[in-house]
Amino acid sequence: MSGMNLEAARQTFIEEARERLQELEAGLLALEHDPQDGEWLNAVFRAAHTIKGSAGLFELDVIVGFTHRVETALDRLRSGEQAFTPALGALLLRAGDHIGLLLDAAVAAQEPDAALLQAGQALLDELARALGEAPPPVPAAAGTLPERVERSGGAALGPEFWHISVRFGREVLRNGMDPLSFIRYLGTLGRLLRVATVTDGLPALADFDAEACYLGFEIDLDSPVDRDTIAGAFEFVADDCTLHILPPRSLAAQYLELLRALPEDDLRIGELLVNSGCLSRVELEQGLRRQAEVQPSPPLGHILVDQHGVEPAVVDEALRRQGQVRERKAASARFLRVQAEHLDALIDQVGELVIAGAAVALLAQKHADTALEEAASTLSRLVAGIRDSALQLRMVPIGETFVRFQRIVRDVAHELGKEITLQISGEETELDKSVVEKIGDPLMHLVRNAIDHGIEPVETRLARGKPASGHLRLDAFHDSGSLVIEVGDDGGGLDRERIRAKAIANGLITADHELDARGLAELIFAPGLSTSDSVTQLSGRGVGMDVVRRNVESLRGSVEVHSTPGAGTVFRIRLPLTLAIIDGFLLGCSGSRFVVPLDSVVECVELDTAGAGVCPPYLNLRQHALPLVCLRELFGLPAGGGARRASVVVVQCGGRRAGIVVDELFGEFQTVIKPLGPLFAPLRAISGSTILGSGEVALIIDIAALVQLAAQRRPVLPSRSPA
Amino acid sequence: MIELHRNGQRLAIAGELTIYHAAEVHAALVPLYAETELDIDLSGVSEFDTSGVQVLLLAKREMAQAGHALRLSGHSQAVLDVFALLELGGLFGDPQLLPAGGAPA
Repeated sequence: MSGMNLEAARQTFIEEARERLQELEAGLLALEHDPQDGEWLNAVFRAAHTIKGSAGLFELDVIVGFTHRVETALDRLRSGEQAFTPALGALLLRAGDHIGLLLDAAVAAQEPDAALLQAGQALLDELARALGEAPPPVPAAAGTLPERVERSGGAALGPEFWHISVRFGREVLRNGMDPLSFIRYLGTLGRLLRVATVTDGLPALADFDAEACYLGFEIDLDSPVDRDTIAGAFEFVADDCTLHILPPRSLAAQYLELLRALPEDDLRIGELLVNSGCLSRVELEQGLRRQAEVQPSPPLGHILVDQHGVEPAVVDEALRRQGQVRERKAASARFLRVQAEHLDALIDQVGELVIAGAAVALLAQKHADTALEEAASTLSRLVAGIRDSALQLRMVPIGETFVRFQRIVRDVAHELGKEITLQISGEETELDKSVVEKIGDPLMHLVRNAIDHGIEPVETRLARGKPASGHLRLDAFHDSGSLVIEVGDDGGGLDRERIRAKAIANGLITADHELDARGLAELIFAPGLSTSDSVTQLSGRGVGMDVVRRNVESLRGSVEVHSTPGAGTVFRIRLPLTLAIIDGFLLGCSGSRFVVPLDSVVECVELDTAGAGVCPPYLNLRQHALPLVCLRELFGLPAGGGARRASVVVVQCGGRRAGIVVDELFGEFQTVIKPLGPLFAPLRAISGSTILGSGEVALIIDIAALVQLAAQRRPVLPSRSPA
Repeated sequence: MIELHRNGQRLAIAGELTIYHAAEVHAALVPLYAETELDIDLSGVSEFDTSGVQVLLLAKREMAQAGHALRLSGHSQAVLDVFALLELGGLFGDPQLLPAGGAPA
């Protein structure tokens, strides 16, 4: 395998190992609630086992070694030798974290440093103590030895090593796997006594395909590991190879059965086994003679169990594993791993396609050729379809991000001596992957904040007549073209007096400044305002709510807070579904073009501007006052030539409405969002730009900011007064 | 990258003798089966995998069946490692000269 490919496989391994770690963590957390649940325990064990198995393939020995001990502990839990306790669960969680750190080191292609190794050893020691000083790992085979001796009735024992017989499937090489790497890995589990390459599978010259795999191997391995570990070495090709493993001291009869199960000529393989000392020549000859008499051959599994070579449990385990492989195969058929850059390139190209399509449509319109226009309209419909499907490719459910918080809430609550339950809903809600990646940190801050400052200590809660256990909820849902994430707690709510005092102390507001509840709440997003007096490990690290707001706004989103004294606080993050392309509504004002997201448009009404072009602050829309924003005034555009009809586009965001006063309406427009340069960063109410079919630039209006401006009647340009 | 240099009954293979180039090498070898004697120089082989082993095994078998001789020579470290792991030395029956650096693991 070339270096490139190995690196790619390694990346895939690390990604998958992280997923397994998440499963491990989720399982351990679930066990804390229900220690008897065997399903979860199995899931945790499988996760650890898979990490160990695949780490071995990449020769990440430290991970293999550490995970092996964790797996041993889990196995004791599984077998019921050891009961699951919260303390043990917490220890195992930390062990999982340690594996994560080891993976980090592996990502950087570094050997773990001494401190990390030491931490790992400390954890293992602790684990050993928690398990009541477990004896050093004993190979499973040795443990079952006396029993087997008895059963075999004193017959002569076979050789002292494992015999592994493997035939690789045709497609193994093409699937990027090299049988050599599996054998090399076996070499790390113990000593390879003998490797015999079975070449009988090589076809006639005419049928030979240089990229197919035809080889098989008969391997003798001297190793203290158990059968699972050896089988685990072949996990990556489990459904693409035929594997027989005979444990040490297997009887001659078992080797003979193996012979029968193999596709090659009995004599040839028999010779191999005789040569490696698994069978004596006499045994081989007798066996082959007898074999001819035995009809028909029962499944190999039965033979092995009948001869006590394998415990029935082992066979069950093998069957379960096969089922698992099948499941995984089904899952891999449903999902396809695609490199993120490929997707991004596709989206970029679709973006250009949308712009080019708009240019074609414009030209068609200009030429007033009906056939051309029709063709252009079909084209734009198809382009819209492609755009939607392309964007859909990048959509991922937010659940994965949410699940991580189970652990954080648990740990942080423990640390603070609080009892908190986390309720997650809307995890199936989808949003753009690039948004998901960037929303983790702000969410983390809000969650920690809620636990640290929001939810009161148990005594206070009881005194206030609340249940001792605090309640935190994470919720996600779609709302008019954007995604809303809510972080809510049932704590004490924001302490408005304290915020006010702090804000005055910091010079954010003057002492006589009156603010309504909403305005006060907004203050917590101001830089330099922390209401917490105590600097705990969790907060007071200089990262405040202002950073949360900035992060969210950099995603073209907004964050707001609703607080009820004594009853709790809800932070609501509103995010665009995608960062790339939207359905827009094109507007014109004084010759400039603007785009608003179509999803936010409620309706369009005509505005009667009898009063010489000055637009009124409010419009009476069906007996409701609608605040108006005149784009010409807002952006200081030159007055358009001549009196004309103005239109009001009614937009809605977060339950609030506003009217945008413009000169012209151009209708729907597929908008490829291009970010604005840093020069425009202080501009509020503009979130980006786009290129029209004609090559002109149109600005995209940030509806959330605009609605806010309409309510506050603030100018769009930053004020020059000292902040 | 793979390079094949033929010089009479001698073929030098240099580069990655792996799945990526196995088909190419195989295609180049098949016409050479007709030679009564062929010497393949492996000293330039930088990477060697199962598919490379198979191509050589097939060449050995086909030529042996026709009574022709195939010799491998100049085994590079990559080749030596694989030959040692899979115990292929006996199958090919060629002398393997160990490089001065020491024996393969």
